[in-house]
Amino acid sequence: MIEICPFEISRRDLLVSSAATAAFASVAGNAHAQISGNEMQQSSNVSFKVNGEEHALELDNRTTLLDALREHLHLTGTKKGCDHGQCGACTVMVDGRRINSCLTLAVMHDGDEITTIEGYGRPGNLHPMQVAFVKHDGFQCGYCTPGQICSSIAVLQEIEANIPSHVTGDLTEKASVTSAEIRERMSGNICRCGAYSNIVEAITEVAGSKA
Amino acid sequence: MKFEKPATTNPIDNLTVVGKPIHRIDGELKTTGRAKYAYEWHDPDIDYAYGYPLGSSIAKGRIRSMDTAAAKKSPGVISVVTALDVGKRDLGSKNTANLFGGDEVQHYHQAIAIVVAATFEQARAASALIKVDYAVGEGVFDLSTATKDAKKPKAEGGTEPDSSVGDFEGAFANAAVKLDATYTTPDQSHAMMEPFASIAAWNGDELTVWTSSQMIDWWRTDLATTLGIDKEKIHLMSPFIGGGFGGKLFLRSDAVMAAFAAKAAGRPVKVALPRPFLVNNATHRPATIQRIRIGATRDGKITAIGHESWSGDLPGGQPETAVMQTRLLYAGENRMTAMRLATLDLPEGNSMRAPGEAPGLMALEIAIDEIAVKLGMDPVEFRILNDTQVDPEKPGRNFSHRNLVGCLTLGAEKFGWNARGKPGTKREGGQFIGLGMAAAFRNNLVMPSGARVKLDARGDITVETDMTDIGTGSYTILAQTAAEMMGVPMEKVGVHLGDSRFPVSSGSGGQFGANSSTSGVYAACVKLREAVAQKLGFNSQDIEFANGEVRSDNRVVPLSQAAGPEGLVGEDTMQWGDLEKTYQQSTFGAHFVEVGVDVATGEVRLKRMLAVCAAGRILNPITARSQVIGAMTMGAGLALSEELSVDKRRGFFVNHDLAGYEVAVHADIPHQDVIFMDETDPISSPMKAKGVGELGLCGVSAAIANAVYNATGIRVRDYPVTLDKLIHELPEVA
Repeated sequence: MIEICPFEISRRDLLVSSAATAAFASVAGNAHAQISGNEMQQSSNVSFKVNGEEHALELDNRTTLLDALREHLHLTGTKKGCDHGQCGACTVMVDGRRINSCLTLAVMHDGDEITTIEGYGRPGNLHPMQVAFVKHDGFQCGYCTPGQICSSIAVLQEIEANIPSHVTGDLTEKASVTSAEIRERMSGNICRCGAYSNIVEAITEVAGSKA
Repeated sequence: MKFEKPATTNPIDNLTVVGKPIHRIDGELKTTGRAKYAYEWHDPDIDYAYGYPLGSSIAKGRIRSMDTAAAKKSPGVISVVTALDVGKRDLGSKNTANLFGGDEVQHYHQAIAIVVAATFEQARAASALIKVDYAVGEGVFDLSTATKDAKKPKAEGGTEPDSSVGDFEGAFANAAVKLDATYTTPDQSHAMMEPFASIAAWNGDELTVWTSSQMIDWWRTDLATTLGIDKEKIHLMSPFIGGGFGGKLFLRSDAVMAAFAAKAAGRPVKVALPRPFLVNNATHRPATIQRIRIGATRDGKITAIGHESWSGDLPGGQPETAVMQTRLLYAGENRMTAMRLATLDLPEGNSMRAPGEAPGLMALEIAIDEIAVKLGMDPVEFRILNDTQVDPEKPGRNFSHRNLVGCLTLGAEKFGWNARGKPGTKREGGQFIGLGMAAAFRNNLVMPSGARVKLDARGDITVETDMTDIGTGSYTILAQTAAEMMGVPMEKVGVHLGDSRFPVSSGSGGQFGANSSTSGVYAACVKLREAVAQKLGFNSQDIEFANGEVRSDNRVVPLSQAAGPEGLVGEDTMQWGDLEKTYQQSTFGAHFVEVGVDVATGEVRLKRMLAVCAAGRILNPITARSQVIGAMTMGAGLALSEELSVDKRRGFFVNHDLAGYEVAVHADIPHQDVIFMDETDPISSPMKAKGVGELGLCGVSAAIANAVYNATGIRVRDYPVTLDKLIHELPEVA
């Protein structure tokens, strides 16, 4: 199978030789010893499930859920766009609800079940929402895309659960999948490439196929 | 290969793969989160350290001293590198402001230190412990007053700041109908979703950098200059880029700091610029003040057209070239344009998507609407009447292909333009309804572009070029080009981009990427076809590549067999002759917009948007359409909300994050339609394509402002068109 575009890091990409790598490892060891000597009280143990897999981590108390996923579990599908809850690129599901993972500390999630973009599908076996995003070209640079897709899946669940939004006209009626509802509920996920019109079409198609 | 004569028939014209609506080949990687961006290249055998930057808290002056003692003692800190430590560096050829090094502060949030620690949290905490003693200098931050000292900038890249044809002053003075109006556009930010980020790793004197760059060779060259090392010692990679829009054209501070930090720490270091830091640290599109004068006959012919623009930049910087389209877009015998550049001590102004044309058309296309109103003419009709098929400043010079009139006519018909009413007269529920339109215009640029194309024993094709895909669809259209040229299906083509070990390409910018880089792959494929023919002893003039086979007369050989166990390689660079001088090459379009304006609050909502584009052959209608709707979306932001607010006392952009700098979100954008004119431009390239990535941004903001005028009768000449500029003048409602 041909590699259509660069996928995984490979050692041939590094000018760094194996000897140099060993040197890095020893420096790293020293740095870790320094932390564990003085800073035990600044870290905590936390366990949570990510995409069905149990993880037990010792983390700096300041580590966000986003950085725990990206820097400690190397699940880099969840993106850091702003680190301030302004862009939505870090959207993940925690116990069935979407959140901005940059706005919550990892230590607050002991025992939680977390689903990231990596949990929804993989190349060759995509989630229907991922299929629809590819089909409708609901992205360009791809950096906001995991967050958009996690939000898209959550939005349809929220409408299904009859949770109203700012544009829901009649609170006594059942919430419905309209373009206005989708746009309103997706507005926490910024796409600077401007794929919004295509994203709405992708979500609408997935909603329609469920109905 | 040198492209010196207009293209004749070539294998691309088969259009079995090129021109087809093929989904992105990197789509599965991006939608599953497997595409790796700069900060995400992780090798489990390397223990990366984290760098966190510190920016200057003054806009201008000098650093007297920096106290890093507390930061260095802070938990987990491995190293602190300051601008004073690294000293003044040679400036990269594409940079205006220094990125890192020396005691001079040229702008707010200029990088002055990088703290390296074992974790991100430790580095961030320690960066706040650095104490800086500044000698604060006097800066100039207000464009509106700095224009009095504005100077004529020097001509750059053949762009003269002034132009003059005929007798503008005389013709304008004597014109029967006149417009003389001044427009302003604010400072704007690229606001791409992926922050600037780099990982740097040294091995002796060799440096590997994963970064987020639109232009691999520019970055590599300027990084070498800034670090003072040999370019050949640097390996730069940027296979996925989370948006750029011009912000990642030129070397940025993250790569420089990561390199210095990794050297000091003795291990690879990751640096991402925090979102609130990057707006003032990096570049932006400069604000403009534009005066436009148009004189016309009573029957609507332009007799005089003048466009002047003032903008500011740091010393050594450049003007925002907002007058350029006015030299080419409309007829008129008497013409003048002029650009003046003021010195400002704000962060560096530089290219943002459609530099020049985007802010230029924001003004010009309101002005055209205004003169049409004065003439009592339909603005579509006025534009058609004043079309030109030659460069109006040099009438002997033709456009290579120009179908602006077709875009205007088709757009008006498809959008239902004739339903437009008089300003402020149409109401639906709680909204005034208005239609607006504008012409789109952006020059078609080409850049030299190289590629290497490999054929292996399985009959697979691999394209290697340092071209980048910033969301533009490069992976996909380069695969389409190679598939078409070599006669193989898409799934037999792999594309490897963004690596300095590959041939130097056009890179991504100025809407030159798609046309230039596919032409580079075309040239490399021509070489590979010749290599195949030579190996098989075929006459390369009489040879067909199709269905994974190569045939000549009665002989048919599978490509896999032709390749043999060793494989074959074709490598070439597309160079360009003088066709862009002989002909004016540009792209054209028409934007149509319907808005609703709240009768009570003045809130503007977009209801419909249509763009009709004439941009040569469309290589992939899916990715090209996405470029256009994406640009329309950015144009909606520029029209209605985007504005970097300047603190004129302390000299910085106040709203330096995504909460304060308001780009368009889902709720702001209606369904968008795009129509591509069915055309080719053989004078542009062997692909017969032109750029389209910036065309969609050109004019759309003015179309929105014109629609607001049609809805309310209020003419706003200062962007963005926010409700505070409307609410006091809204029509009375019953």
